[in-house]
Amino acid sequence: MSAPLLEIEDLHASLVTRYRRLDLLNGVSLTLDRGEALGLVGESGSGKSLTTRAVMRMLAKGFQTSGDIRFEGTSVLGMNREQLRRYRAKDVGIIFQDPRAHVNPVHTVGDFLTEALVREHGVKLDEAERRAVQLLDEVGVRHAERRLRQYPHELSGGLLQRVMIASVLLVEPKLILADEPTTALDVTAQSDVMAILDEQRKARGLSLLFITHDLELANACCDRLAVMYAGEIVEQGAHVYDAPTHPYTKELLGARPSIDERLDRLPVLEYNLELHNEWKARELQERELKGRARA
Amino acid sequence: MTASGTAAAADTTAIALRRAAAQDPGRLTLLSRKLGVSGLIASAVLAVFVLSAALAPWIAPYDPDFPDLLSALSGPTSQHLLGADALGRDLLSRLMYGARITLLGPTLVILIATVVGTLLALVAAWNRGRVDTVISWVLDVLFAVPGIVFALIAVAIFGPNLPTVVVGLSIGYIPYVARVVRGAALRERGMPYVQAAWLQGQSGIGISLKQILPNVQPIVVAQAVSSLGFAVIDLAAVSFLGLGVQPPTADLGLMVKSGFDSMLRGQALEAVAAGLAIVLVVWSITVIGDRLASNARSIR
Repeated sequence: MSAPLLEIEDLHASLVTRYRRLDLLNGVSLTLDRGEALGLVGESGSGKSLTTRAVMRMLAKGFQTSGDIRFEGTSVLGMNREQLRRYRAKDVGIIFQDPRAHVNPVHTVGDFLTEALVREHGVKLDEAERRAVQLLDEVGVRHAERRLRQYPHELSGGLLQRVMIASVLLVEPKLILADEPTTALDVTAQSDVMAILDEQRKARGLSLLFITHDLELANACCDRLAVMYAGEIVEQGAHVYDAPTHPYTKELLGARPSIDERLDRLPVLEYNLELHNEWKARELQERELKGRARA
Repeated sequence: MTASGTAAAADTTAIALRRAAAQDPGRLTLLSRKLGVSGLIASAVLAVFVLSAALAPWIAPYDPDFPDLLSALSGPTSQHLLGADALGRDLLSRLMYGARITLLGPTLVILIATVVGTLLALVAAWNRGRVDTVISWVLDVLFAVPGIVFALIAVAIFGPNLPTVVVGLSIGYIPYVARVVRGAALRERGMPYVQAAWLQGQSGIGISLKQILPNVQPIVVAQAVSSLGFAVIDLAAVSFLGLGVQPPTADLGLMVKSGFDSMLRGQALEAVAAGLAIVLVVWSITVIGDRLASNARSIR
């Protein structure tokens, strides 16, 4: 129908200092439709988190950006203060890696959950609390009423991450950004939290941009995968996990250790920037040849 | 009627205390652990002064301004437990009434300085950059001038009276609060939860007051109490110079001054008692402030 929910078009971000210039995002292009889940994978420093930060427009001041990010057709980079505030508050929810650091320790869980509802949506406090309790129930937090009176330090990491998810769902955003939401949790809590996030997302028809190092997890709960390397998306689509075509993706998927195989040394990625540039040059050449052939 | 009112008040206090004890059995123990032995002693000393100041109209043996000329400059007698001053006014009563101003004045000074200083600090920490630079620069300038000088300037312009001195002195105390709070608020400003609140769409004012302020509150309180001790001395000094409250109002600083003259006439008790009272008040406030400060630090 209309424009996709989120469009990132040729996004560049560079950090420019007096001495040198670091190009951290080199033309990232992504689209995300309503109700779709996209997994963003790639090694550390490949620009995954930077991309989500750019979507929230919370890059540090020194960044120079070009390209465009559009949310429901409006350019995020061109929003004024109030538009941006409303966009952050109502349209997009973000779930962080470390829930404990992102919740104010001096406020109760109830304050944290109801705050945005009361302020942004004009909901009465007791109504907001009722909704919070209901939602906590849905994300699998037991004794929800009691939890509202507790402080963040009284909750375990997994529980707190569920509270975070609940806080994001409460304001009914259209898009959820999840920046490694399970990395700080232990393995059992991880699968629980992920299952809840996935279930709630599907039930509400929300879009999800999911960042992770965990390829299986991304494949399991996302419709498409996008693989990042050196600030670029090297390959994306639904096929990536089962039939990768890009050499980096192939190596990345091949590097996963298998549980029924004993290895003395784990595989090491051969792919590097040099190969990356060669590959890019070759792709460009092929495209040109094809174009010429067509002409 | 008053009696039944007090009784009812005492009853509710007792109920509240019992309820607090039932909910949180360790509350009083916790408090004593927080304050330590010296802190408890200091609190007790301060409580004596606060209570005798607050209840002065009921418990003081004489009107503080009533001259009993026959007992002028007398030592301790059964009539005047601490003796009387040069005009025969009862020293114990004057001490009690004097403590009112000596405690209330500095409290107002610190209250004003803390509110203004904390707001300045939060504005600086939230906006950073140029706003922070300008505010810090102003604070540095204020720092260079002792608070007492501001009080003297205010007196020079508006004449000697307590409100003038209080306002003037509080300007001098703003940087002491603001600088410490600014540092703490800057640290909180960089915490992820502040960013998370910002992304939730909260305003800068909302985050500063609702998210950052509660987190720096122990430091604000500790700094305020520590400064209170200094404010007591400064205000007493201004009174001693005769630029604060005017006689015949009883004030500890003024009593040291008038006791100074009595001392030459053979009665040292007025100056010593008033001076000792100031020392005790300042000591107890400083000890409590130190405990609060070290508690605030250990939270980090």
